[in-house]
Amino acid sequence: MAIDLPAASRPAHVPFYNNPKVRSVVYQIALCAVVFGLVYGAINNAIENLQRARIASGFGFWNNTAGFDISQTLIEYTSQASTYGRAFWVGLLNTLLVAGLGVVFATILGFVIGIARLSKNWLLAKVASGYVELIRNIPLLLQLLFWYNAVLKTLPDIRDSIIISGGGFLNNRGLFLPQPVFTSGFGMVEIAFILGIVAATAFCIWARKRQMETGQQAPVFLVAFGLVIALPLAVCALAGFPVDFIFPEKARFNINGGIEVLPEFAALLVGLVIYTAAFIAEVVRAGILAVSRGQTEAAYSLGLRPRPTLRLVVVPQAMRVIIPPLTSQYLNLTKNSSLAVAVGYPDLVQVFTGTVLNQTGQAVEVVAVTMAVYLTISLLTSLAMNIYNTRIALVER
Amino acid sequence: MEPTISAAPKPTPLNTAIAVEIVGMHKWYGDFHVLRDINLRIKGGERIVICGPSGSGKSTMIRCINRLEEHQRGRIIVDGVELANDLKKIDEVRRDVGMVFQHFNLFPHLTVLENCTLAPIWVRKMPKKEADAIAQHYLKRVKIPEQASKYPGQLSGGQQQRVAIARALCMSPKIMLFDEPTSALDPEMVKEVLDTMVGLAEDGMTMLVVSHEMGFARQVANRVVFMDEGQIIEANAPDEFFSHPQHERTKLFLSQILR
Amino acid sequence: MTMLDGNQAVGEISFVRRTPIAPLPPPLAMAGALGWVRANLLSSPSNIALTVVTALFLLWMIPEAVNFLFIDAVWSGSDRLACLPSAQQPEIGACWPFVWERLPYFIYGSYPIPQRWRVDAFFVLLAIGVGWMLWLNAPRRDLGVVYFFVVMPIASVILLTGLAAIGLPPVDTTLWGGVLVTITVASVGIVVSLPLGVLLALGRRSRMPTVKTLSVIFIEFVRGVPLITVLFMASVMLPLFVPDEWSPDKLLRALVGIALFASAYMAEVVRAGLQAIPKGQYEGAMSVGLGYWQMMRLIVLPQALKVTIPNIVNTYIGLFKDTTLVFIVGIFDLLKAIEVSRIDPKWAAPVTSTTGYAVAAIFYFVFCYAMSRYARSTEARLAQSEKR
Repeated sequence: MAIDLPAASRPAHVPFYNNPKVRSVVYQIALCAVVFGLVYGAINNAIENLQRARIASGFGFWNNTAGFDISQTLIEYTSQASTYGRAFWVGLLNTLLVAGLGVVFATILGFVIGIARLSKNWLLAKVASGYVELIRNIPLLLQLLFWYNAVLKTLPDIRDSIIISGGGFLNNRGLFLPQPVFTSGFGMVEIAFILGIVAATAFCIWARKRQMETGQQAPVFLVAFGLVIALPLAVCALAGFPVDFIFPEKARFNINGGIEVLPEFAALLVGLVIYTAAFIAEVVRAGILAVSRGQTEAAYSLGLRPRPTLRLVVVPQAMRVIIPPLTSQYLNLTKNSSLAVAVGYPDLVQVFTGTVLNQTGQAVEVVAVTMAVYLTISLLTSLAMNIYNTRIALVER
Repeated sequence: MEPTISAAPKPTPLNTAIAVEIVGMHKWYGDFHVLRDINLRIKGGERIVICGPSGSGKSTMIRCINRLEEHQRGRIIVDGVELANDLKKIDEVRRDVGMVFQHFNLFPHLTVLENCTLAPIWVRKMPKKEADAIAQHYLKRVKIPEQASKYPGQLSGGQQQRVAIARALCMSPKIMLFDEPTSALDPEMVKEVLDTMVGLAEDGMTMLVVSHEMGFARQVANRVVFMDEGQIIEANAPDEFFSHPQHERTKLFLSQILR
Repeated sequence: MTMLDGNQAVGEISFVRRTPIAPLPPPLAMAGALGWVRANLLSSPSNIALTVVTALFLLWMIPEAVNFLFIDAVWSGSDRLACLPSAQQPEIGACWPFVWERLPYFIYGSYPIPQRWRVDAFFVLLAIGVGWMLWLNAPRRDLGVVYFFVVMPIASVILLTGLAAIGLPPVDTTLWGGVLVTITVASVGIVVSLPLGVLLALGRRSRMPTVKTLSVIFIEFVRGVPLITVLFMASVMLPLFVPDEWSPDKLLRALVGIALFASAYMAEVVRAGLQAIPKGQYEGAMSVGLGYWQMMRLIVLPQALKVTIPNIVNTYIGLFKDTTLVFIVGIFDLLKAIEVSRIDPKWAAPVTSTTGYAVAAIFYFVFCYAMSRYARSTEARLAQSEKR
């Protein structure tokens, strides 16, 4: 008996309120309405409150005279003539300075500790682990306060400064070092340095070509090091060390001349480096562990010695795993540098969101600009990292 | 010794008649006595298949031969060179002994060709062109020359293992060690790898193969060695071994493997 | 072909072992403690050098720490004179009397003394909630979730801020301080960030473009800026955006800032968990007719959250450490209490600051380390349950 199939029926009629597409549109419109309503209400309130408190709006304040001093300025700045805008740049440069140096030193320390944690020497591995556990479980702010208040501020004061051989002073107002002034002869050293870099690059290229052709290897690292470091030093010596130093002079209440490293800067840098290095150590350890033992075994079984194995097989693979979280730690360090406010280092947040905001009262503009700066740094770094990731991703099916 | 590129490759000849000699070898992992009184003499050109239950120490034993593991008592002499704590001797042995792993261990960040030329360039200090030619040669030998510029992640398991064999061959080893080379492969790819290994055997390569592939043992092996609990229990020519096992444990093992 | 017997060298083709070899103890050089020392500490010249250097470092550092905390420490006294170096004790360690005297201040801040039992009650309620959530074999854990996320917060707010109607005199938040504030901020962060983070994560994975865009903007914005700017925004800008009558309390502003910040990071952690759930789970749930919220509640979220518990706990550890930043916007947390105390002239001595910081460090370390051990044990347990 054949089954009677009905004629192709029209799609079932769905009431509009059950149609997922309709629902989705309705939800979204409702959400937009709510968000828009909140934002509108907030802005209205803000305008009203600001007007009532007689606070200006807009960025007119950018060109007003700042009228306050900043303890560390990498560019020209005076309290009488410089604007708030100028203060912004001073703060930003200070942030970039501490973040840049912090990233460099934290990377070095972090790699050393990460590798130490994997050492076959049980004692070293345990000490490195202890460091990581201790530092990671204590808040950064507490560590900064410790370095600043309990260590640097307890240094003797100016009268009893610790004398550093070579003409420096260490006291609770900072580290004072001789300032080098490069005289005319130094141009030769600079030329030698540039020549050194060029020659080292040329040598590397030549050595690589020769290896491809004849198989012979050359001590590339040593030669490059010699050219880039030893050569300029030699030229410097031959030219009779064309550097003059301005030595810091100890007066009764002050030290004049020389380079001054503020304790605020030092505390922030040391704290950031030690803290971030603990996290970088974990990232490095995870990266190296991610390369399976079989890779090293295969390389050894082919006759490769440990150092070429690391260089050609382990490190390239480990780097793929290390770089993304490493960049994330760099970003964290940059954002953490905003804690400068707690030790009084004049970074962007301390100068701009602190002093400038206090003086102008224009909270919305100031906080918005500060956030925009950090957002830009974050987004640029993420972008660079994504590009890097897509380029070096292991090719798979 | 620089091999010349010829049409039909011959494995590098051995310096002595005995490829591998293990005398009274013991190994411990901590307190665990993993290898007990191993005595084995392998002549040049011999093919030995080593079988046994898991945990019997077969992999550990062949890994001692190229010093991926260290033995604590006894002697291991590879082609006249004794393995001890002398780094130079260890390097010498590793150059002349090739190994193929269960999980291939290809370098994923290098192309197939680069995988093969890495050691010749950096260990034997060969010029790149020569290394490339040798690599192409052996890739042709294992029947995948067209994959030279691909990355290991793009190949199937069987192809990867064949690349691993080619990679080991590019160093012109005197002896090849195989650690369960087909255990990690899907069944349809086992044959292509075993065929490659049969081809190697026919060329006269000295081979030590840890494997459960009894068909391969019957076809190619001079001797089958059965290990259990770190000791060599029985050894015999393949026909005798499979048809007339002598020891109870050998009989038990064979009854579980062969159905 | 001769059959060889016994333990002779296997040179001929055939061999059968007749006498098994019993396991022997390892050679003396590698056995036991001596062997371990040789392998791990003295195996090569460079290894020996490393051991020596590390041992010297430890010999310098550990006695210093022990001296400071215990041996040279002062255990009793009533003011700074006890903690100053003197002829009998030129080396002074930690000034513990400073800590004993200030301990109530560190814990309660300026909370009125007769009402401090309310703070203790809050700590107990919180401990019960945490224990219930962490103890895997606890009975009725679904009730535990309701308790932790609904009942306890409400009860705590009433307890701490007071409700005249039931006889609890109101206590202004400006009087709260120390550990009370730290734990409050952390708890609010923990309780709020998980649900809000889940919502944001679901929003980010949503197929509705507005929802997805708004979620992405919020998450990336908050993650791209330092916490301190979020706190500044909350404490300085929030009063501007709400009508004057509602002017939010200072602590509340900081809580809002911390909660929003933690939610964004939690959202990313939950999102990773959601991505780890195979598509088949979603499809299976939908094919039996579960609606979106039912699917999430019954199938997807339980699995996703279980898988990312270690990462969730790590985020909580970060949150706990981040609570210290409220100090910068003028909230009196533990660090502020210590800062205020250490400059108190009554206890002015060279070691006071370090003692105060040591106490804070111990407090934070204990909590954070405990959390990280919990995360690690959960990770191990999850890995085990995956093994056959």
